[in-house]
Amino acid sequence: MSFRIVVLAKQVPDTRNVGKDAMKEDGTINRAALPAIYNPEDLNALEMAIQIKEKVQGAEIFVLTMGPGRAAEIVRESMYRGADAGCVVSDMKFAGADTLATSYTLSMALRKLAPFDVVLCGRQAIDGDTAQVGPQTAEKLHMPQITYAEELVKVDAKNIIIKRRLERGVETVSSPLPCLITVHGSAKECRPRHAVRVMRYKHAAAPNELAQASEMRKAKVQADKALQIGEWTAADLDADPARLGMSGSPTKVKKIDNVVLVHKEAKRIDGSDASVNELVKELISTHIIG
Amino acid sequence: MNNVFVYCEVTEERGIADVSLELLSKGRKLADTLGVGLEAIVIGHEVKDLEKTLYPYGVDVIHYADDKRLFPFTTLPHTSIVVKLAQELKPEILLFGATSVGRDMAPRVASSLLCGLTADCTSLEIGDHEDIKTKEVYKNLLYQIRPAFGGNIIATIVNPSTRPQMATVREGVMKKEIYKADYKGKLERIDVNKYVDAADFVCQIIDRAIEAQKVNIKGAQIIVAGGYGMGSRENFKMLYELADLLGGEVGATRAAVDAGMIEHERQIGQTGVTVRPKLYIACGISGSVQHRAGMDQSGKIISINTDPDAPMNAIADYVITASAMDVVPKLIKYYKENSK
Repeated sequence: MSFRIVVLAKQVPDTRNVGKDAMKEDGTINRAALPAIYNPEDLNALEMAIQIKEKVQGAEIFVLTMGPGRAAEIVRESMYRGADAGCVVSDMKFAGADTLATSYTLSMALRKLAPFDVVLCGRQAIDGDTAQVGPQTAEKLHMPQITYAEELVKVDAKNIIIKRRLERGVETVSSPLPCLITVHGSAKECRPRHAVRVMRYKHAAAPNELAQASEMRKAKVQADKALQIGEWTAADLDADPARLGMSGSPTKVKKIDNVVLVHKEAKRIDGSDASVNELVKELISTHIIG
Repeated sequence: MNNVFVYCEVTEERGIADVSLELLSKGRKLADTLGVGLEAIVIGHEVKDLEKTLYPYGVDVIHYADDKRLFPFTTLPHTSIVVKLAQELKPEILLFGATSVGRDMAPRVASSLLCGLTADCTSLEIGDHEDIKTKEVYKNLLYQIRPAFGGNIIATIVNPSTRPQMATVREGVMKKEIYKADYKGKLERIDVNKYVDAADFVCQIIDRAIEAQKVNIKGAQIIVAGGYGMGSRENFKMLYELADLLGGEVGATRAAVDAGMIEHERQIGQTGVTVRPKLYIACGISGSVQHRAGMDQSGKIISINTDPDAPMNAIADYVITASAMDVVPKLIKYYKENSK
C-alpha cells in the first residue's frame, strides 16, 4: 500500500534579518543582500510530514517547490531531514504570480503528482505573510483543508485528526483524506539533518544543477534514481498560460512606496536620573500619566 | 455599481466580532464614497441581537444563514454560502477580518471566484488606476494598502478587472464607529440547504477549548511595549511593573513574541493588534514598519533605545538614548516619587 505525503515548501529571502544594506540607495530592495532560507513554517510542515510517515506504513514524502532553479536546495535540505524525493517547478512564465496564479500552478503540479493522500505546507511564507496559497491550492483541487495545524493527533489511511492553534485557544478537527494542512509556527520544530541522510543525498541534483556539475556527480546522479530531483516547467504541467504568472494574477501592484518616516519634533533626553525625573514630572503635569 | 459586502464573524458568545463591526464602519465609508449600499453576511446559529447590533453601522441588508451545523465555524459550508451569494449578488467589494476564520476562508472564496485578495491591509481607500501598458483607466477601485517584503516597502494593490475586490484586515486597524443610531436595514434569511450540501460537512470538530480574551491591550490608554532588545522573559518583568503602576498594559513586537519572551496575545503590529493608546512607551524597539503600523496612531510616543538612529525615534515625541534596562527602573522610581 502506498501513501503519499506532499510538502509544499518555498525558498524565501530572510526578511526577518534585514540588515542596513538590504535597501539600496534608491530605496529599492537589494535582494542579493538577503540570504535565501527555507521558509520557517514550511519546516514545521516537513516535520509533521515526517511524523505522519512514521505512523503510516509505506508512506513516502515528496517535496514540491516553486521558484528559480536554485530552489533545488530546498528539496535537498528536505531529503537531509527525512523527505524521499522532490521536484522544482520552475519557469519564467511563473514570474510575477500572485497567490491565485501560484496556487493554480501548484495545483497543476499536484495533479501531475496524483494520487496523493496528504498535502502539507507552512501557514504562510515570511516574504509575503499572506497565508493564502495553502487554502487556495486546496480549493483548486476540491480538497478539504485544515489551517493553523499545531499537532498531529492521529492519522490512518483514510482520516487525519489535527489540533489547530486559533487566536484564543485550540480546536481538534478530523478530515477525510486527501486533505491539505497548513502548519503553524507553534507546531513542533523540524528535526535537524541526519548525518546518514546527508551522506546519502548530498549529490542529489536537479537537471539545471547537473549542467554545471562535475563528471563524477553527473555519473552518480544518473546511476541512482533517488538522487534525481525533478524539474517541471509550465509545459510539463499542461497549464493554461493565461492563468500563470503576471497574466494569471488579478491583483496588480499599483505602486510601491519606500518607507518614509515623517520626522516629528522629538525631545531628546539622556538616560540620567535627573532627565528621567524631569520627563516623569512633565508627563504628570500634562496629564499624560498619573 | 454594486454594493460593499462584509463577512461578519460570530463570536463564542454568539455576538458579532469587533473586527467585523470595524469593517462595517469602514465599509459604510467606502460605500458612501462609491454611492452604493452596505450588506453584511452572517453565518452561524442563534446569533444574538443581530439586527439591533448591525443596523447602527449603516447596514442596508443582512444576509443571515442560521443553522446549527454552521456554528462553530468550519471552512467548507461557510465558503460555499459566501461563494454562492457572491455569484448571485456580485459585490463590488468583499471584506473579511484577518482572523483565523477570515484568513482560513477568504483565500478559498477568492480562489473559487477567481478573484484577487489582499491580506492584512492597513488601509483601504477608493481611487482611480491607469494600466501602464494598455493606458486603460479604471475608476473608483479599492486601493488595498499593506506593508510588504518584510515591511521594507508599502504596496498599494488593486484588482482592475475581477469582482469582488477582496481584502482582509486585522482587528483594531479600522475604527469602530456608529453610523446612525436609528439606521434601519432589512434582514434576508438564507435558505441554507440551497447553499450547502452534505460534502461540505466532511470535516468534524472533535473538541474545542477557546478561552475568553484575557488581555485587552487594544483598550489600554497606556502601553509599555518591549522589543527583542529586552533580551529575555525575565527582563520583561520590569515592563509589567511599570505598566501596572501607570494603569496600562504590556505589549511587544513580533520579534520578542517569536523569541518566546512574551505571549502572542500581546503582539502589536501588522500581524498582531493595532493600538491607539494615549501614551506608548517603546522599550528596546527599533521600529519596523509592521510594528509601527500597529501603534503609530498613539497620542504620545516615548522611544527608549541605545541606537540614536532607531526608526522608532523618528515617530517618537520623546527619545531617550539609553538602555531600557537602565531607564525603565528610573521611570518606575520617579513615577512613585512624583505621583505621591
